[in-house]
This record gives sequence, structure tokens and C-alpha cells, in this order.
Amino acid sequence: MLQIEGLRVNYGGIEAVKGISLEVPEGEIVTLIGANGAGKSTILRTVAGLVKPAGGSIRFQGEEIAGLTPDRIVSRGITLVPEGRRVFPDLTVLENLKIGAYLRKDKPYKDLEWVYELFPRLDERSWQTAGTLSGGEQQMLALGRALMSRPKLMMMDEPSLGLAPIIVKGIFDIIREINRQGVTILLIEQNANMALHTASTAYVLETGRLTIKGAGKDLLNDEAVRKAYLG
Amino acid sequence: METINKRKNLNSACALAVLFLVVILMDQLIRPTDSMAMLLTVIRKGSIYALVAVSMNLLNGFTGLFSLGQAGFMLLGAYTYAIFTIPLDERVFVYKYYDYLISVSFPEVLGNLLGGFGLLLGVILALILAGLVAAGVAFLIGLPVLRLKSDYLAIATLGFAEIIRAIFIWGKLGPLTNGSNPLKSYVRLNAFQLHIGDTTINFSTLVPLAFAAFCIWIIVLLVNSSYGRAFKAIREDEIAAEAMGINLYKHKQLSFVISSFFAGVGGAMLAMFASTVQANNFKSTMTYEILLIVILGGIGSISGSCIGSFLFIAASEWWLRGLDSGTFLGIDAPGVFRNGFRLVVFSLIIMSVVLFFRRGIMGDKEIPEVMARIWGRLRTRMRGRAGKGGEAADG
Repeated sequence: MLQIEGLRVNYGGIEAVKGISLEVPEGEIVTLIGANGAGKSTILRTVAGLVKPAGGSIRFQGEEIAGLTPDRIVSRGITLVPEGRRVFPDLTVLENLKIGAYLRKDKPYKDLEWVYELFPRLDERSWQTAGTLSGGEQQMLALGRALMSRPKLMMMDEPSLGLAPIIVKGIFDIIREINRQGVTILLIEQNANMALHTASTAYVLETGRLTIKGAGKDLLNDEAVRKAYLG
Repeated sequence: METINKRKNLNSACALAVLFLVVILMDQLIRPTDSMAMLLTVIRKGSIYALVAVSMNLLNGFTGLFSLGQAGFMLLGAYTYAIFTIPLDERVFVYKYYDYLISVSFPEVLGNLLGGFGLLLGVILALILAGLVAAGVAFLIGLPVLRLKSDYLAIATLGFAEIIRAIFIWGKLGPLTNGSNPLKSYVRLNAFQLHIGDTTINFSTLVPLAFAAFCIWIIVLLVNSSYGRAFKAIREDEIAAEAMGINLYKHKQLSFVISSFFAGVGGAMLAMFASTVQANNFKSTMTYEILLIVILGGIGSISGSCIGSFLFIAASEWWLRGLDSGTFLGIDAPGVFRNGFRLVVFSLIIMSVVLFFRRGIMGDKEIPEVMARIWGRLRTRMRGRAGKGGEAADG
């Protein structure tokens, strides 16, 4: 579904991503793990169009999308759940969700129902401003907001950031559920354990280069990965 | 939901109709020499400032773009309006030192065609044109300027407003703008009168109020639409808004152009209110006055901007006048204090408002929300008292 080939990205004078190639097959959960500064977020931001690549190609369903503006990319069916949730704090939960469906011409009532079904908590709080939600609820809102655009591919930048382990487990359950309903997922995580358990394919990224590729379960048992990321 | 909204709309329409009727009545009953005549001035100028403040709030409060170009766009509107409404016979006397370039007056042309109604139509046409000119210039200025953020955007827009002012008093543009000389004799508020037999019905206060109310209503519709939500999303978090597929530049430009359109219309209405149009009246001080109204009323609250502007105009034009001339609360203020003491008192009032209402009078709430909250609080208190009364009776 998504093919990245030889992608290079410069970020503030340094080359943050040094020619990586990876593939996200349709219907799967793919994860990228790596230390801080390895270039994981930069890859997602480049696919989403927030950063312009210096070279290489990004193909989505056979179509070249490298260098397109973010709104074009969202309308092709790729959404990014940004790092640190980034909900709109002074808008209500409902308004936040409606902005997720901004580029769609049709009325998003059906998807609103779908999101409320996935996250009943959001339904209860639909009139509350997003800034008054707890961290876990904000993450749910960020996921729900992204789903409102009916994405084919959903990219998540550290959904477990700053959340309690029990909440993280809940979020990952929902990620699996979303995937089961037909959304392909590209996931970035510091929490390698959780991510490798969830993902069918995993890539390990080190300072802008891909070093290991394999099935999530295999990497859990890989000696080098265990040493570096699982402790 | 739908029925509640319908009822709300009906309620506000009724309130507005009653307000309009009261204003029409006041216009007939209050003579210019009455002590209450100032009230009419306050309503006229207040509604014009309300429109301009709301248009600034659309940009600064809802889209989060700190722009200080309001006076410049008002100037464009005022000049456009004046140029297209001066009667042809008067142009020779207005443009004393130049050969006037434009020789068409909308109200005159349409007035000859359709009578009194044509005059109104011509004025509306000139107002729309005033808005369009301001919006067009805003579009051009926005191309480079909207790539800037916060303070830098404020400086750049302030600079452009000053440049516009300087260009308008440039002698080479005299045939169009009359150079540094004022434009006058155009259609003013006192033109809106209806003669039926011997009686004259005066609409000079209703017209600015109704025009401003109509424009503000359009802005309210915009803010509540999906565009309005996109503006608010940009204000809250640009990166998240961009990730949701909102084209930042396009929406900022849209907000800037629409805000300037209504600033232009407001400027034109200010020209109608005043007797002359002169570029030097549209200094940055005017922008600061409007910014003050927006902040006092509450950034991000449309009803706040309206309330703020009427309070601001009432205080500066009416209630505190006695400090500079006549008496204030029975004290011979001008005799006791130095001239200009009014401004000191005014500043003190503003400071205390800001101290006690940190986010402005209305915060970012609108009147219906605040009313509902007060009503709810009153009801619980009443219920509590009734409960206590019942217990006492039982005992």
C-alpha cells in the first residue's frame, strides 16, 4: 500500500533520514522502533507532507505522493496522529472530531457513530472542551479525530507517550480493533515491547538508517533488539 | 437540537426587531438639543465600532492571527464609499485643487431611477464596493505578510496600514483621493429620512445599527460553519490543523480577506457617521482603540466585542464628557482638575476591568451561554431557598 524508497530528509542542516526503504502492506500493522533522534518522527512527518523530502520516492497505492501538500495527502486517505496528541484544547470533543472530517464533502454522522462506538468515553464527554480531558482520553480523541477522515492508512506517532501502562494496553487494544476493521496502520513507538507484540512487521531504525527488518514476534526474540530496546 | 436552534434563532430575531423599533422611536422622539441626544450618537458610533471590532476578532480571536492593519482597511473603505457617493454637482467644490477622476455617484444614479429606495440601494452598493476594495488590497498584502507569525505579522500589517495612509495623501493621487484635503458632501446618515406629507421619519440611527447587525450576523454564521471550525483549529494548533488536512495558508488568507472586507464596510459606515473623510483620521491609534475593545470584550467572543464597543463609546463620548466640560456627578470637574482628566479616569477604568476580568468581560463565551449559566445558578438557589422554607414550615 505504501512504498518508501531511498527516502532522504534534511532537517535543520543535518540529514535526519539517510536513504531508507520500507513497505507497508495493506491491512497490516507495521511498526518502526528506534531510539530518540533515530528519525522515526521525521519519516512520518514526511509521508504526511509536513516536511519536504530531499530525495527518494513515496508511493501510496501506486501513486507518487512525495512533496504533495498535507491537505492533498489527507484527501488521498493518509492521516497522521501527531506526537503528544495535539488535540485542540479550547474546542469541544465534538468540534475536534468534526475537524477530523474537514476535507470530506459528505456528512460524517456515520463515522461519528463509529468513533463513539470505539470510544464510548468520548460520547459521554462530547460537550466538554478537549483541554479538560485526561491524557488517555485526549489520546482517544486524537485517534478518533484521525479516524473521522476515513483513512486507508493511519500513522501514529508514539500513542503511548506519557500514559499509564493500563491505559497504554487499552489504546493498543483499540489500535488492533481499528486494524481489524480494515485500516492499515504504521506505528512509531518507544515502548518497543508493546509495539512488537502488536505489529506484524517491524523495522528498527538507527540514526537515519534501517538496520533490522522482521516479523514483530521474531524481533522480540532477536538478541540485538532485546539488548538495545527491551532491556 | 434542530428545534432548539430554531427557537433560539426566533428569539434573537424577535429581540432584534424590538430593538430596531425602539431605536426608530428614539430617533423620532429625541431632539438634537436634548440631554439624551448623546445616546443616539453612542448607538450609531457604537454599532459601527462593534462591526469593526467583530471583524478584528474574527482574525485575532478566532484565527489567532495578530494583525494591526484595521485602520488601513477602514481608510480604504471610507475613501471608496465617499468617492462613489459624492453628488456630481458637488464634486467641483470638493476637489478644489484637482480635476476629479471618477464621475459617478451610485446613490444619485439609482436615486434618479428609483427615488428614495434607489438612494438606499446606491449606498448599499457603495458599502459593498468599499468592502471589496479593502478585501482586494488585503489579498495582495496577505500574499507576503501571512507567512509571518505573531508579533512579526502585527508589525508588518501595522506598517502596511501606515503605507496605505501615506499613499492616500500623496498629491499625485489627488484626482482620486483629493490629496491631503478632506472629502465631504457625500451621503451621510442624516440623508436617511422618509417624508410622508408633512411628517418626517428619521432612520439615521437605525441604518448603521441594522447594517452592522446584518454584517455581524454573517460573521456569526461564518464562525459557526466548518470554515469557522478550521479557523479555530489553526488558532489552537497549527501543526495539528495542518495534519488534519487544513490548508493553513489558504484559510489564513480567507480569514484575513473576510475580516478586511468587513473592516472596509465599517470604515465606510464611519465615513457616513462623520462629516468628512480624511486619511489622517485613520491613524494606528484607531487600530489600538479597536484592539482595546476586542480585548475588553473578550478575545474570541462576538457578543463581547459588541458589548465592549458600546461601553467604550458610551464611556469615551458620553458618560465621562463631564470631566472635561460641564459637571460630572454634580462636581464642577473641569474647574477642579486639569483639562484631559477624562483620559486618566478612562485609563483607570480600563485597567480595573482588565484586572477583574482577566479574559475580558465575556471571556470567550457568548451571551446565550452566559445567560443559561446565570439562569441555572439562580434556579438552584431559588430551589434551595424553597426547600429550606418548606422545612421551616414543617417544624
